[in-house]
Amino acid sequence: MEKGEDKHEEEQDQVVNPWEVTAKDGGKIDYDKLIDKFGCQRLEEPLVDRVQRLTGRPPHVFLRRGVFFAHRDFDEILNAYEKGKKFYLYTGRGPSSEALHLGHLVPFMFTKYLQDAFKVPLVIQLTDDEKCMWKNLSVEECQRLARENAKDIIACGFDITKTFIFSDFDYVGGSFYKNMVRIAKCVTYNKVSFLEAFSVLYTSGDFTFAVVQAAPSFPSSFPHLFSGKDDLRCLIPCAIDQDPYFRMTRDVAPRLGYHKPSLIESSFFPALQGETGKMSASDPNSAIYVTDSAKVIKNKINKYAFSGGQDSVEKHRELGANLEVDIPVKYLSFFLEDDAELEHIKTEYGAGRMLTGEVKKRLADVLTEVVDRHRAARAAVTEEMVDAFMAVRPLPNMFD
Amino acid sequence: MVLQELGIKFEQYDHPAVLTVEAQAKYVGDKGGGLSKNLFLKDKKSRFYIVSALADTKVDLKVLSQRLGLGKGGIRMAPEEALGQLLQVPLGCVTPFALINESASYVSLLLDKEFKTQPHCFFHPLSNETSISVQASDLDKFLKSIGREPSYVDLEANPPVGKDQPPDLAILVPSGTIDIPDAPENSTPSQAVSEKSFPVQKKCTPASVDSVKSAKPSSADPNAKDKPNNAAPQPNAFAESRLFVDEILKKTTELLLSELTEDVAKQEALANSVRKHLAPDLQNLTRTFCSLLQVMFKNTAYTQGFYAGSNCQPKRL
Repeated sequence: MEKGEDKHEEEQDQVVNPWEVTAKDGGKIDYDKLIDKFGCQRLEEPLVDRVQRLTGRPPHVFLRRGVFFAHRDFDEILNAYEKGKKFYLYTGRGPSSEALHLGHLVPFMFTKYLQDAFKVPLVIQLTDDEKCMWKNLSVEECQRLARENAKDIIACGFDITKTFIFSDFDYVGGSFYKNMVRIAKCVTYNKVSFLEAFSVLYTSGDFTFAVVQAAPSFPSSFPHLFSGKDDLRCLIPCAIDQDPYFRMTRDVAPRLGYHKPSLIESSFFPALQGETGKMSASDPNSAIYVTDSAKVIKNKINKYAFSGGQDSVEKHRELGANLEVDIPVKYLSFFLEDDAELEHIKTEYGAGRMLTGEVKKRLADVLTEVVDRHRAARAAVTEEMVDAFMAVRPLPNMFD
Repeated sequence: MVLQELGIKFEQYDHPAVLTVEAQAKYVGDKGGGLSKNLFLKDKKSRFYIVSALADTKVDLKVLSQRLGLGKGGIRMAPEEALGQLLQVPLGCVTPFALINESASYVSLLLDKEFKTQPHCFFHPLSNETSISVQASDLDKFLKSIGREPSYVDLEANPPVGKDQPPDLAILVPSGTIDIPDAPENSTPSQAVSEKSFPVQKKCTPASVDSVKSAKPSSADPNAKDKPNNAAPQPNAFAESRLFVDEILKKTTELLLSELTEDVAKQEALANSVRKHLAPDLQNLTRTFCSLLQVMFKNTAYTQGFYAGSNCQPKRL
C-alpha cells in the first residue's frame, strides 16, 4: 500500500473498493467516513449484546473489539432468528496466491464462530474465475490455488456437515447460472459502470464477475441444499471493501423475489508496516503468513511492525506510546482474547510504563499460538476431505 | 434438641447474629467461662479440620501444619463454599457441633486442652444467633454420641518435627479427602465417602490417603488424540474444560506457592491472583483447541464415510 506520495494536485481522498484500499495522505482509514459514504450502519454495542443473548455464549473477540464494525440489516437476521427463522452464511475467497496470511483468516475465523454460535449452514465461494481474469494466471493454476486455499479454509475449523465449498469453475452452471442471468438482466450497464469509476474495467468478463459474486446470495443457487427454501435469508461476513458488490446485489434481490442479503463487515487487518492500507500478498514482510515459523514471526514483528513507542526509553516513559498508530497493539486487539489483559497493556503502554519490546514479545507469543494451531489443523486436511467439502451433496443436518 | 436427649446440661443464650468472637463477647462475655474461637481449615490434599480453641489461646497455623505432618504452610483457611457444603453452617458459625452432619464425617476436630480448665465454654450450636455454654466433659459426651473420639491438643505447644521426631498430631489427619467443585454445572458436591458411612479417627499417615476426586475429563493432556465428549452438547465441553483447568491451576499454584512463601495469607492472595489471570486464558485455550480437534475428527470421519460411499460397488446380484 502506498503512503501519501501522490502527485495529484487536488486532495486525494481515501480510496476503498474491491481492488484498491488506500488511506488519505498516508494516514489511517477513516471508517466513520466510510460508513457514511457507503451508507451502511454501525454495529453498535446493543446489537453485540443481543447476539450474546441469542446465542448463549460470549460474543467473538472480533465483535467485542469492533473489528466487525458495520452491517447492513444484521438486525433483520437477528429478528428472524428470534422467531425461529434460520439463515445461511455466505463468504468467499479469491485464490490468487498459495500463501495465506493472518488478514485472510480473519473473515473465516469470524464465519466459523457465526456457524457455531447460530448453528447455520455455510457456502464458501472460491473465485478462481475472477483471479484468472484479473491476474496473469492460467485456468489450471487458479483451480489448483483454489484447492490449496480450500485446505487452509477448512483448517479454520468448519463443520463438514454444514459447509459447502465450491469453485466457480466447478460449480457455475445449472441453477446457479440461471440466477446469474436473472441478476444480469436487472443490472444494466449503468449499474455496473460504477465499477468503471475505479478504472478497472477492461474485459467483458469484468461485467459478468459482479454477477458471479452476487448469485450465491440467493438460496435457489444451491438447489441441493436449499430447495424449497426460497424464504431463507443470507448473511455475508466480508471486509468492507466488498460492500459495492453487495450493494448491487441488494438492489436486485427484491426484483427477483428474494430477501436482500444482509452484510456484516470488518475493517482491514493492517499491514505490519502501518495502518495505511491492507496487507498485500505480494510483500512478504507486510504480513504474518500461516506458514511462518515462530522464529520468523518474532523476527518480522521485531523488525517490521510499526511501533507507536517513542524513540528513546526516557522519552517513552515520559510521553507514553501512540496507541493510534501502534501496530503490535492493533494486532493484539484482533488476536488477544483476554479483554482484561489487553486493557492492561494499552494502559501501561500508553502511559509509557511498558516498553515496545514487551508488547512485541507478547504479540509474538499470541500469533505463534494462532499460527501453530492453524498448522496443526491444516496438516489434518487431506485431498479426500477437500473433495468431500466440495462435493455437491445434500446437508441434512445443516441446522442442527 | 440432641443435647437434651443426651442428658447434657447446657445454658442457651439467644442474641442477634454475631460473626466474630468480639461480637459474641458483647452478649455472653460476662457470664464466666471461656469463649471459643473456631477455625475451619483445609490442607493441600483437600482434607478438612475444625480447630476449636479458647479465644485467648494462640493458634499458629504454621506450627499446626508441621505437627500434622503437612509440612510448612500446608494448611490454610477453608474456602467459604466448604463451610456451607460440609459443615452446613453460615459464615462465622464454625462449631464442633457441626460435626453432627453427615457431610462433615471426614472433618477432623482438634480441641484446645485449655477447655478442660474452664468451668464451661461457649460455642455456637448451628446458628449465629445463639450461644450455648457447656462443660468440656459434656462436649465429650456429645462427640462420643456421634461416634467421635474427642482429641484435646496443647495448641500452643511447638515441639520440633524432624527425622527422629514424627509429627505428633499426624493421627488427627482425616482418612478421606473431600472435593468441593465450585462449577454450578455439578448439581451435587461429590463427597469422598466411598466406604463406611461412619467416621473413625484412625491412625493414618498423610501419604496413605485415598483421594476420590469428582468426575474429570479422562485425558489429562489436551493434546491427546481421544477427546471424551464427541457427541456431548456444547455446555458440557465448557464445564469440563473449566474443571480441568481449575484442577491444573490449583495444583500448580499450590506447589509453586509452597515453595515461594510461607506466609499463608500472602499465599492465598497470590493464588487468587494467579487463578484470576490464568484461568480464563487456559479455559479459552482448552476450549478452542479441544473444540477444533473435535470438529477436525468429525470432518475426518465424514470424509472417510463419504469416500467409501461414493466408491462402493453396487451389490452383486
